[in-house]
Amino acid sequence: MSENPEHKNDLLHKLSQTQVAKAIFRTGIPQNRRQRMMIMLNNVFLHLHPVRLPKHAVKVKYTWCMGGLSFFVFLVLTVTGILLMFYYRPTVEYAYGDIMDLKEQVPLGIMREIHRWSAHLMVITVWLHMFRVFMTGSYKPPREFNWAIGVVLLVLTMLMSFTGYLLPWDQLAIWAITVGSNMAGATPMVGTAGPGSSLLALGDVNFITSSSDARFAMIGGRFIGEAALLRFYVLHCIGLPFIIMIFMIVHFWRVRKDGGISGPT
Amino acid sequence: MENEENKIDRRSFIKWATIGWMAFAAVVAGYGSLVLRYLFPNVLFEPKQSFRAGFPNDYEIGKVSERFKDSNGVWIVRDTEKIYALSTVCTHLGCTPNWLESDNKFKCPCHGSGFYKTGINFEGPAPRPLERFKIALSDEGEIIVDKTKKFQQEKGEWRDPESFLTV
Repeated sequence: MSENPEHKNDLLHKLSQTQVAKAIFRTGIPQNRRQRMMIMLNNVFLHLHPVRLPKHAVKVKYTWCMGGLSFFVFLVLTVTGILLMFYYRPTVEYAYGDIMDLKEQVPLGIMREIHRWSAHLMVITVWLHMFRVFMTGSYKPPREFNWAIGVVLLVLTMLMSFTGYLLPWDQLAIWAITVGSNMAGATPMVGTAGPGSSLLALGDVNFITSSSDARFAMIGGRFIGEAALLRFYVLHCIGLPFIIMIFMIVHFWRVRKDGGISGPT
Repeated sequence: MENEENKIDRRSFIKWATIGWMAFAAVVAGYGSLVLRYLFPNVLFEPKQSFRAGFPNDYEIGKVSERFKDSNGVWIVRDTEKIYALSTVCTHLGCTPNWLESDNKFKCPCHGSGFYKTGINFEGPAPRPLERFKIALSDEGEIIVDKTKKFQQEKGEWRDPESFLTV
């Protein structure tokens, strides 16, 4: 594509002219602004990112890099989480023992702590990211919808924390989730302890009971037990990550579509 | 595409689009409600809500029995004139309090709520007394506790004869 004589003898240039390279990278080595733009547009991952960045976008003083760090920590959590799944069994019989084994018997006993620290860190970075976005006014039009997506991502982050909390299956986990899941029992209309729970009834038959309300759907039983552990495990490892990734893709792509990162005014 | 017979007119397009989308919505709604139902299993591997708790003479006057605390979530308490079944669920946030024999009170380890032997709350954040369950005698004279029916003191329900057993 390029016939710039200066680069004719570069190894990189020669490699870029092979059929394999041409088949994978359609644009070739970028020589001008158009090609640099085409690289961003022709790559499924890069196209989520803006083609050009304003200078202030890479200023840590302005962005705090908290959005990027949140994503980085999410990647750390994904890798360590998958590694933990090789040893952890989500049953009442094995869960706590497997966590102890991960610490004391499995090599690199810090793996579970890396996952746990990263989880704490992600809540902090997401919070600081939102704080920065708020303080720089970056939630204002045309970026208001991306702020809404960001709020959904915050909720999903907290749900990831909540479901992960139960998995060590120690006393703290069991009682924290007992307390936390009781909130679902107070949901209006569909929770036994919530307002209006007696409205969904046919005659004497009440449809909202301790074994048919919102809390039950979440923990799969009347108290925190085997079913709750399994449901939280599945949500923590598959369900919520799947949803959070979809929202993250839209979130990054909207930064580009909403006119790139906001600037100081 | 000059063939007139292959052309779809506006009327039939709208008709088939409506039928198509309505069928799609019906499938989504049907499958969605089945998925919702799927979350509620028909068989629970939990202790029965209603259980036999031995004979009245198994229980000493003035004592709190922890026999069915772990298995069924119930304390059986006998005082001078009656037996009642107390729920082990703290009315603050749902932890399980401990019976402290020497202090003569129930104490919740989570946030420190305290309850008298009757179930009445007297310290900590618990907003109301422990709940009591329906208690009755079977034909054989055995105590039967039914957790599906609960009695709350603040609603005056502890006066209900089903909420205690006179002995």
